[in-house]
Amino acid sequence: MKRIYVEEKWCLGCHLCEYECAFANSGIADMVKALKGKEIHPRIQVEDGDGVHFAVNCRHCTDPLCVKSCIAGALSKDGDGMVVIDQNKCVGCYTCVMVCPYGAIMPAENGKVAQKCMLCTDNMKQGEPNCVKYCINRAIVFEDRG
Amino acid sequence: MQYVIIGNSTAALYAIEGIRSLDQEGKITVISDETHAAYGRPLISYYLYGRIDLEHIGYRPADFYTKMGVDLILGERAEKIDPKGKKVILKSGKKIAYDKLLVATGSRPFVPPMEGLDAVKEKFSFMQLDDALALERALGPEKDVLIVGAGLIGLKCMEGILDRCRSVTVVDLADRILPSILDEGGAAFVQKQLERKGVRFILGDSVAKFEGTFAVTKNGGKIPFDVLVVAVGVRPNVELVKEAGGEVARGIVTDDGQCTTLPDVYAAGDNCESFDISSGTRRILALLPNAALQGECAGKNMAGGDAHFTNAVPMNAIGFFGSHIATAGVYEGECFEDITPGHYKKLFYRDNRLTGYILIDCIERAGIYTSLIREKTPLSEVDFELLKKSPALMAFSESARKDKLARRQ
Amino acid sequence: MSDTLFMYPEYEVVRDHDKCIACRVCERQCANEVHSYDTDLKKMLADSTKCVNCHRCVCFCPTHALKIVKSDDTYKINANWDKQTINEVYRQAGTGGVLLSSMGTPKPYPVYWDKMLVNASQVTNPSIDPLREPMETAVYLGKKTAKLERDEKGRLQDTLPPQLKLSVPVMFSAMSYGSISYNAHESLARAAEELGIYYNTGEGGLHKDFYKYGKNTIVQVASGRFGVFKDYLETAAAIEIKMGQGAKPGIGGHLPGGKITDAVSTTRMIPKGVDAISPAPHHDIYSIEDLRQLVYSLKEATDYKKPVIVKIAAVHNCAAIASGVARSGADIIAIDGFRGGTGAAPTRIRDNVGIPIELALASVDTRLREEGIRDNVSVVVAGSVRSAADLVKAIALGADACYIGTAALLALGCHLCRTCHQGKCNWGIATQVPDLVKRLNPEVGYRRLVNLVTAWKHELQEMMGGMGINSVEALRGNRLMLRGIGLTEKELSVLGIRHAGE
Repeated sequence: MKRIYVEEKWCLGCHLCEYECAFANSGIADMVKALKGKEIHPRIQVEDGDGVHFAVNCRHCTDPLCVKSCIAGALSKDGDGMVVIDQNKCVGCYTCVMVCPYGAIMPAENGKVAQKCMLCTDNMKQGEPNCVKYCINRAIVFEDRG
Repeated sequence: MQYVIIGNSTAALYAIEGIRSLDQEGKITVISDETHAAYGRPLISYYLYGRIDLEHIGYRPADFYTKMGVDLILGERAEKIDPKGKKVILKSGKKIAYDKLLVATGSRPFVPPMEGLDAVKEKFSFMQLDDALALERALGPEKDVLIVGAGLIGLKCMEGILDRCRSVTVVDLADRILPSILDEGGAAFVQKQLERKGVRFILGDSVAKFEGTFAVTKNGGKIPFDVLVVAVGVRPNVELVKEAGGEVARGIVTDDGQCTTLPDVYAAGDNCESFDISSGTRRILALLPNAALQGECAGKNMAGGDAHFTNAVPMNAIGFFGSHIATAGVYEGECFEDITPGHYKKLFYRDNRLTGYILIDCIERAGIYTSLIREKTPLSEVDFELLKKSPALMAFSESARKDKLARRQ
Repeated sequence: MSDTLFMYPEYEVVRDHDKCIACRVCERQCANEVHSYDTDLKKMLADSTKCVNCHRCVCFCPTHALKIVKSDDTYKINANWDKQTINEVYRQAGTGGVLLSSMGTPKPYPVYWDKMLVNASQVTNPSIDPLREPMETAVYLGKKTAKLERDEKGRLQDTLPPQLKLSVPVMFSAMSYGSISYNAHESLARAAEELGIYYNTGEGGLHKDFYKYGKNTIVQVASGRFGVFKDYLETAAAIEIKMGQGAKPGIGGHLPGGKITDAVSTTRMIPKGVDAISPAPHHDIYSIEDLRQLVYSLKEATDYKKPVIVKIAAVHNCAAIASGVARSGADIIAIDGFRGGTGAAPTRIRDNVGIPIELALASVDTRLREEGIRDNVSVVVAGSVRSAADLVKAIALGADACYIGTAALLALGCHLCRTCHQGKCNWGIATQVPDLVKRLNPEVGYRRLVNLVTAWKHELQEMMGGMGINSVEALRGNRLMLRGIGLTEKELSVLGIRHAGE
C-alpha cells in the first residue's frame, strides 16, 4: 500500500502541508473561503526545531495501537491497510490520542471526535494526498515502501 | 479445530480476529449471557450522554460474526468448564466441546452490603448496556440521582445523566475523586470543573444505610434521592477457571501468551492479570486496550501462533463535558509538573525512564509519552527537557525520527 | 543602511489582503526577512526595501495573494541619467565600493539569436518527421583525425584522439561548488549522467561525493588551481582550462570567505572562511606556447586519454585567440559570450566588457575554416543559450555544442533575481547556508534538468526535421539555414549569413 513518508532532510518547515490539509478537509472549493480568518486544525502537523523540520501524520501502522484501543470500534483498517476513522462512531474519548506513538491522531476542530489523516480518500481531493501534492521540495512523498 | 470463547466483548472480538488471522477454517463458538452483539462497553455512558445511538453502538459491523464464521450463542451462561473432557457446560445443560478455550468473562459490579439497599426501588449498576437502558427509563427532570462511587464508572455515569435528571450527588469513601488514576492535585482540579457543572460531591464518607428516599452517610449526612447507582468497583469473573482448577490470584493467572495453568484454556480481558511494566507487578488492568491486546494475543496462540503480550501499562483516557484526562503508568519517582488554571500536567520518571503521567486538558500527542513508558525508552536517548514542555518527535534522535517517519510502521 | 539611503525600493511586494490567509509561508520562505506577521493588526506585513524579487514567496503563496511589481516611483525623467544610473551613484556614494552584480547582464544589448530566422524545407527537399524517421542528435567533441594512417601491413590505424560523446549537443556550464550549492551540483551531475551529457565543476574542485559521476564530469583548471590534484583530473571525462569567463573577461574570481564552509574548503583545498581569490591571469600563461605547456601537462598527467578544453571569454579579437588555441593542442575550444552568467562580477565589467557570443562564434568558426584548422578542435559556445531555437542557430553558425548555465539554473528554480553574490539564495542554489541549501532537493532538481534537456532535444529534432536535416553533424556550420532580420550589412557579414528575403 502507498503510504505517506516524510524525509526531514528536505522539509523546509514552510507549513504549507498543514494549510493544504486543512483546505482539503474543509469541504470548501476555494482555499481563501475555506481558511481565511480561521484557525486551522490540520491532520498533518509540522514540528520545527533548530534547523530541523518535519511533518507528522498517521503512519497507517501495520499493527495499529489506536485501532485496538478504540472503545467504540470507530477506528479500523480498511482492505488496503489504511487506518480509517468513522466519526459517526467516535465518541471523543481520545484513547487513540493517548496511545498513538507518533502523536498523529488528534481532537477534531469541534472537540467532540478524533481526526486523523486518511490519505485524502475521505475528502474532495481524492487521489494523491494534498500535502504530498503541494510539498514543493518532496519532503512528503506518497510511495509504496513495502 | 474447535475454538470456544466464553464472553463477547473486547477480548473476545480481538481473539476472534487473532484466530482468523492464522486459521480461516476452524469452528469458532462464542457464548455470552448478554443478548446484544458486542458493543464498546464504555460506550454506555456516551449513549446516555447522547454522543452515540444504539444504531452505532456495535463494536464491529453487523455482519462481523458471519464474516468471521462465528457461531453465536447469546443469552446463555457458561456454568462450568470440564478441562479433562474439554467441554464447556452451559446453564441449559448443553455441553460444548472445545480444542482451545478462551475465558473472556470480564468482570461484574461489586455491590457492598448496605443497610436498606433491598428496599431501594430504583437501583442500578452501570456495567452493561442493559444497565444503561434500564437507568435511562428511570431518569427524568424531577429525579435526584445518587451515585455511590466516584471512580471511572461512577463519574462517566454522572456525565451521561447529569442533563437528564434534576441533580446528581456522588458519594465516595475516598477523600478524592478518581482515586485510581489521579493524584490529589489532579482530583481537585477535575472536581472543581465538575462542581462548576453542578455536580455535588460527598467525599471521605459513605452510605451507612438507606431510609426510604434518603441515604444516610456515616458522618450523619442525609441525601435525598430518587435513583441510586452503585459503582463502587468491579470483581473479576474468575470462577469458571478457579473451579476447573486453574490458578487464580487477584485475577486469572496466565503466561505472557495468555494461557492459564489449565491446558488449552486461555484467558483475556478484565478477568485476568497482566504484568504491569510500569510498576513491575502483576495486577488486573481492567482497560479496554489491554483487553484487546490480550484477546488478540490469546487468539493467535489458540490458532497455533507464538504471540506474547509483554508490555502492559495501565492507561486511561477519560473526559467530562469537553475536558480531557489522560493518565498512564505509576506515579513514582521524580516529578515534573506544569500546572496552570487551564491545565494540569505531571510527568513521573526514575532510573532514566518515564514511569507515568497525568495530563488534564493538555492531552495532545500524549501517545508519545505513553510510548516512552511502553518501550521503556532511556530518557538519555531523548531530549527530555523538550518533552517536558510538550510531547514531540523532535525529542528523538535523527535516526529514530527517520525510523518513525520514513519507514513503514 | 547608508547605501540605500536615497532610494525608493525598486520592487514592491503587493499583497491582496482579501486573499491572504496569513499562513505565514511567505515569512518562513524569505531569507531576506521581507514578510512578518503583526499580531496586533492580525495581518501580514511586507518590507519591500529588503525584497530582491526572487519570487520565492510568490511561488509558495497558496492563495496567490502576492505579487511583486516594479515600482512606478520615478525620478524626474531623464534619458541620460536614468534611474538605475542615478541609484548606482547613490549606492557608491554610500559604500565607496565597486558595484557587484550576479548573473548575465540585464542591459538591452542586441540579442542576435532573435535576429536570425531558421529555414524550412518545401516541395523540393522534403522535411523529415522526427517521430517516424531517425534523427541523430548525438555529437562527438574533440580533435578529428585529418588523414588516415596505416601500419606497415597496410592496416588502418586508430589515430582518433579522445572524444566526448554527447547524446544531445548541450552541456551544463562551469559553475563551481562554492558559488552554487552541493544540492545544485548533485542535480547537475545526476542529470548529466541520466542524459548522457556532461556537467562542469567550475573552478571549485570536485566534492568527493560526486566522483561517482566522473564519466559525465568535466573538471576545470582555473587560475586559482582550486581543488586540482591527480584524482580530480583522473576522475573526469575531460579537463577544461579556464582562461576567461564571458561575464567578466579579464578579471579573476572572488568567492567571499562566508561561502568557504568546511566542505567547500576541503573541496577547494583552501583555508576555511578565507576569501578565495582566482587571479585575473594564469600566472604561468603569457603566450599560446605557455598555454600549450599546460594543455600538454594535463594530457601527460592523464595519459592522453581525456580531451582538454580551453575556455575563453568572447572578446574583441577572439578569432585570433581561437586560432592560437586551436594550435595549442587543445581538443575543444569553449567560447563564453558576454551575456553569460556569474555568481558575482563587478557590475561595470559585466555590463561593458566582451562581445555577444553569436558574433564571436561566427568569427571564430570562419577564421578556423579559413585557416584549415576547424577540425583541429570542436567549438562549444556559452553565454546565454536560452532555448532550443538558440541552440539550433548556434549549431548552424558553426558550434559543435552549447553550454547552458542560466537555463539550467532556471530549471532548478532560479528566478534571476541577480543577487547570487549576497549568498542568501532563497531557491537553495547560489548559497552555502544549510537551511537554504536544503531547499533544493536534488531528486526534484535533477528531474527538472532532465526534463528541460529532453524537451530541447525534441525541439531540436523538430526544427532539424523541418529543414530536411537528419543529424546535428549536418546542421553544423550550415549558415545557409539562417537569415538575418533587421541587421546591418556589417552584422550580416560578421555572422556570415544573408538577410531574410535574400
